[in-house]
Amino acid sequence: MTRALTILRRRLVGSVFVLLIVVIGSFLLLEAAPGDAVDAYIVSTGGDAGMIELLRHRWGLDQSELTRLANYLWALLHLDLGQSVTFSRPIRDVILERLPTTLILMGSATALSFGLGSALGIYAGARPGSFRDRFLSIGSLALYAVPGFWLGLVLIVVFAVDLRWLPIGGIETIASGKTGFSRATDIAIHLVLPVSALGFIYLALYLRMMRAGMAEAWRQDFVLAARARGLPRRRVVLAHVARNALLPLVTMLGLQSAQMLGGSVVIESVFAVPGLGRLAQEAVAGRDTPLLLGIILISAVLVILINLLVDLAYAVLDPRVGAGEASA
Amino acid sequence: MKRLRRFLHTPEAIAGAFILALLLVMALTAPLFFPGDPQAIAGPALLPPFQDWSLPLGTDRLGRDVLAELFHGARTSLAVGLAAAAAALLIGAVVGTLAGFAGGLVDEALMRITDAFQTVPSFLLALAFVSIIGPSLGVVVAAIALSAWTGPARVARAEVLSIRERDCVAGARVIGMHPLEIAFREVLPNALPPVLALSSVIVAAAILTEAALSFLGLGDPNRVTWGGMIAEGRAVLRTAPLLSIVPGVALMLTVLGVYLAGEGVVESTAVRRSLS
Repeated sequence: MTRALTILRRRLVGSVFVLLIVVIGSFLLLEAAPGDAVDAYIVSTGGDAGMIELLRHRWGLDQSELTRLANYLWALLHLDLGQSVTFSRPIRDVILERLPTTLILMGSATALSFGLGSALGIYAGARPGSFRDRFLSIGSLALYAVPGFWLGLVLIVVFAVDLRWLPIGGIETIASGKTGFSRATDIAIHLVLPVSALGFIYLALYLRMMRAGMAEAWRQDFVLAARARGLPRRRVVLAHVARNALLPLVTMLGLQSAQMLGGSVVIESVFAVPGLGRLAQEAVAGRDTPLLLGIILISAVLVILINLLVDLAYAVLDPRVGAGEASA
Repeated sequence: MKRLRRFLHTPEAIAGAFILALLLVMALTAPLFFPGDPQAIAGPALLPPFQDWSLPLGTDRLGRDVLAELFHGARTSLAVGLAAAAAALLIGAVVGTLAGFAGGLVDEALMRITDAFQTVPSFLLALAFVSIIGPSLGVVVAAIALSAWTGPARVARAEVLSIRERDCVAGARVIGMHPLEIAFREVLPNALPPVLALSSVIVAAAILTEAALSFLGLGDPNRVTWGGMIAEGRAVLRTAPLLSIVPGVALMLTVLGVYLAGEGVVESTAVRRSLS
């Protein structure tokens, strides 16, 4: 347990610095934007110079840059992300409302790419250099080369337009009045295509890593020993070769989380899934810079948390991790 | 010649080289075969492919020549992909060298900044950058480079950490070279090979990011892009799915070609290294 705590403490200290840099960086980026939230607001509502003055003052936009950064940091400490212009609601509420959808989408897509990718990787890596190994390597590379949004469109054409098996987009049937289990099924059916589009792109990564790790493990002495002991091939592949190749994939899970979040922006826009990614696009369209800043910040927090979880999982899987520091 | 033959020793590398050569020809001959504005109306709207031989791939929703758009799109994809990757590799190599060579507080600060860039989803960063500064080719290149330099920086730093202990660096110190001169004339060139090995992955990612940005309407509006063509075709996805599918296939082949050629180069240099 002390091992986990050591990792936790070290990571949290580093994360605070990283988050601070993210906040300052995005603040500077948004300072560079032509026009501010008041301009965007006035465009949609109309109003005279007096009202612009009033709004600038009320939203604190007439102060110096440093004061505004300080104000922003102070507000963030109180978990206040500010007010969204396009939604006329607190940004925190808007984001929290959209977050679960994206988490479900990301989680399912990660499970798909990790599960199927590592399984196929084991299948390919069980016989390095064989036909199926070569076929899967090239096939996965081709899949990795596919733009995610385009795969989404193709899936829509095939499964929603031509075959009519699955809904074309959205997260659930509008005004269906479904509750409980039938609502969950409804959402699951709506998520099949977006999850496939997002998951299949990253499948190749896990497949290729698993395969490469296994090709490496085959050359190790303990595998030779296992084969010399006359263990069944199946057991050698699963318990000795694959098991050792699996660990780097867990690290990849954390590193990939940021990529997945980025990928979900386009996928959510293709499938009209009301999640965080689509919110980012709406923020861009509505010139809602504070909202965009909030989304970037929440994404960064999310990525840090996921990587923390992965680190802890890694410590459980590999007893060597962090052992030295805990005993020291 | 020998090097080229070694590069082309696997069927994958040959396929990759072929695709890239084809793409290069498309990009270079676009103004030759399709002079004038590819965004100009060339015929009736939504002409299906293979109907009219002056418009082999038909026209889109506004009557623009799809084949001409495809050729001009190759120009944009290739230009953005190569420029963004070059910029990302340059930024990464410089930051990594400075961090690794200076060490101490500079190293710590630069690596925390690298961490911060890696924590923010790179596509979200590029999206925010382009939407704030405004979509033009230069901004798109800068946005992609900004979201892709962290990998090269880490690799360069790791390499520099071992190179700075070499005798040539100690020698340069003894003859009184300025530390910055040592960093960029002695250390950086030696640290480059593993950084350059990343280039195919970065070019591929840059092309895909550019496509995704233009798909969301954040590409340069004055240029034809494959991502923009896919977005344009999306409005008639039910009746003319080919308008979205064709540029997507072009994108996929391009990225695949970059990957395959990149693997071929890495493999051929690996063979050379193990031989020497």
